[in-house]
Amino acid sequence: MFEIEITAASNEGMSAHAVGTFPNECCGFFFGTSKNDRKLVTEIRPVLNVKKGDQRRKFSIDPFDYMKAEKYAHENQLELLGIYHSHPLHPANPSEHDLKQAMPFFSYIILSTQPQLVINITSWQLNENRDFIREELKISEPTNKYL
Amino acid sequence: MATLLIPTPLRKFTENQAQFNSNGTSVKEVIDDLILSHAGLKPHLLDADGNIRSFVRIYVKDEDIQVLQKEHTKVEEDTLISIIPAIAGGSY
Repeated sequence: MFEIEITAASNEGMSAHAVGTFPNECCGFFFGTSKNDRKLVTEIRPVLNVKKGDQRRKFSIDPFDYMKAEKYAHENQLELLGIYHSHPLHPANPSEHDLKQAMPFFSYIILSTQPQLVINITSWQLNENRDFIREELKISEPTNKYL
Repeated sequence: MATLLIPTPLRKFTENQAQFNSNGTSVKEVIDDLILSHAGLKPHLLDADGNIRSFVRIYVKDEDIQVLQKEHTKVEEDTLISIIPAIAGGSY
């Protein structure tokens, strides 16, 4: 069982980003710590969706933003834990496109958004067979109780 | 030795090492060297034909090898190579 705990501030940051970019998809990185199959998200870093064309159904992240995210994690003694993005007017389930591009270890947080509102948030991680497994997600203040 | 930066999601296959040093003189030689040392990386870096997967980008310094000589791009002792997962997706 994969578990992910997200601080309230990180959750609010992702939600504000998702609502702010509606009806387009937003995207960004999140950071924190991990141990075994548990992650604790303590920071987020929104980035631009650079997908050309219709951004209401697709997102893409600039490779240089990825490099900056790795550098940020290294410089701040954090782990780059995964990617978040929104699904405007669509359920918080990963698409075939999400699955094809997914990497091991990373968590993929999806925010289902309506105008002015995030209605659901889920998180997913690949298993050894490259299938997405839904993570047990918890929103809370940081406690470090796992780590 | 050229230095290859391993992205976070692939470090589980490199005993958590963030860097790999290689005497290879091209990107292909360095990648082959990496896979020889860490076989678990192979399916994440190469497709069934042995080519670099389309969802993986390789940068030499600040340039995508796709605009250089692709996997035949030459590297030198002080060259920094980055493996970058192509991050994209969406609701459809």
